[in-house]
Amino acid sequence: MQKPSHKSRRLGDAVFRGLTLLAALVMVGLIVVIAIQLIKGSQLAFTRFGPGFVTGSRWDPVHGNFGSLPLVYGTVVSSLIALIIAVPLSLGIAIYLAELAPQWVRTPVSFLVELLAAIPSVVYGLWGIFVLVPWVRTVLEPFLQKTLGWLPFFQGTYYGFGMLAAGIILAIMIIPTISAVSREVLLAVPVSQREAMLALGATRWETIKMAVLPYGRSGILGAVILGLGRAIGETMAVTMVIGNRPQISPSVFELAQTIASIIANEFSEAFDDLHLSALVMAGLVLFIVTLLLNIIARLLVWRIDRVPEGMSRE
Amino acid sequence: MIAGRNERRKFMSSLMFVLALGATVLALVPLGSILLYVATRGLMALNWDFFTQLPKPVGEPGGGLANAIVGTLILVGLASIMGIPLGILTGIYLSEFGRGRLAWLVRFICDVMTGVPSIIVGIVVYGTIVLAMKRFSAIAGGVALAIIMLPLVTRTTEEMLKLVPNSLREASLALGASQWRTTYSIVLRSAMGGIITGSLLAVARVAGETAPLLFTALNSRYWYSGLDQRIASLPVYIYTYATTPYEEMHRLAWGAALVLVAMVLVTSIAARLAGRRVGGGR
Repeated sequence: MQKPSHKSRRLGDAVFRGLTLLAALVMVGLIVVIAIQLIKGSQLAFTRFGPGFVTGSRWDPVHGNFGSLPLVYGTVVSSLIALIIAVPLSLGIAIYLAELAPQWVRTPVSFLVELLAAIPSVVYGLWGIFVLVPWVRTVLEPFLQKTLGWLPFFQGTYYGFGMLAAGIILAIMIIPTISAVSREVLLAVPVSQREAMLALGATRWETIKMAVLPYGRSGILGAVILGLGRAIGETMAVTMVIGNRPQISPSVFELAQTIASIIANEFSEAFDDLHLSALVMAGLVLFIVTLLLNIIARLLVWRIDRVPEGMSRE
Repeated sequence: MIAGRNERRKFMSSLMFVLALGATVLALVPLGSILLYVATRGLMALNWDFFTQLPKPVGEPGGGLANAIVGTLILVGLASIMGIPLGILTGIYLSEFGRGRLAWLVRFICDVMTGVPSIIVGIVVYGTIVLAMKRFSAIAGGVALAIIMLPLVTRTTEEMLKLVPNSLREASLALGASQWRTTYSIVLRSAMGGIITGSLLAVARVAGETAPLLFTALNSRYWYSGLDQRIASLPVYIYTYATTPYEEMHRLAWGAALVLVAMVLVTSIAARLAGRRVGGGR
């Protein structure tokens, strides 16, 4: 009696282990399928345009001419605007929640900031169209033109829709990511660092500036890059407010287009195979860029976790 | 001299405190605005018809988005059936068996996958399932959402299982239980609260996803009519209706946004409660 039960137990263990291994392999297979699909799908556009695809400055489906520079430009600039707005704010939030806020404030406020991340992208877009864009058109853009109109960034007619609105909405959407990760990083800084500074007579701000922030520097940079990755791949909200015109203009009032938004816009009604292939290739570029950003961010955030207790860094 | 310098240092410290507080308040302004608009405009759009009627053609007043509510539930259900068990199994592999290079690779891919833009998932599912079936379908939409859920569920499962003390595993094995029994009855059960929380958060996350549905499930003006047919969903309806010029459709879009946000928030809060109850009790 002993022997068979023993055997079946071994078998059970092997089956169970095999099952979990199989599931893990599905994950590996998935990324392979994603890569193959994107490469295969962009074959046609690649043979036609080659690396010139990234530098070509005209996106013209009607004449079968596809250069993705306007899309890359739109993606980069809208994400930069988002970072310019979101990084200082997120750092402020992280410092406030990790260092300054009284205990009873921390949990509810962290929860509210996380709530921002829970709202679906398409709802941001809806709010963007009917609340943010009118405000940008009637308040923000006239103000910017009046005060900073001598800069090339704030010239031309304003529509409300466009690069600026997209940047603002992206900023709102990446604040939870950057602030939450930065807060974790700051909380991981050993208390001894702060105590040493305070014992030397530093004020709270000096403690944060000289002991806490330098210690968490690489982690915070990782948080920012994570936010950038999110901004670059964000689709729906951007599509709904950016105006969807692939062009390069120095003015942030102008309509623009990002890689993600053009895919959302044109994929289901592509003219022909070449158009479809060009969109997939744009997707491939997006995939590679977000992949690299995420890898860099992970490495930076991981590093902070690995710094041994009490070790300071200059 | 020194007193003046100290004054300045103290002032600087207070100034930074005010700025940090100001940043926090400022960041919460859009949240307040969004919730306020969704609640007020949404409530104005909601009525009995909204939950029971099909959408009307352009220009006709009235109608509802009942098919989209059902559609979202079906899509999320499909995604959960595929994504959650697979994610939990992968999480078990990483926590209980995963050593060496393969585990490192899977963990790495998992991290990377959470950062892949969801529209890319849409393109890939279009290229594989939609093209193979030669039509847009509910199943394609479900698969796309499941792919987005998978890494989220895997990571939380792994983290939760790792929190289970090793002494529990050892005790179970010492009593003669086999490994799968130990994992199933002891480890998994102790971590159940956390796993449920993680899975529900993943559900909440994909319920609002729009981009991966645009070229997989597409949209539909009719009721659900089979897994191999296109299907309506709340997010896609919000997108299409918000970008039309019609007042009536804008109204329905706000109503849909309220229902969607309510679904997402209720799921998120349920997730937290589940984690607290089961996790705390053990």
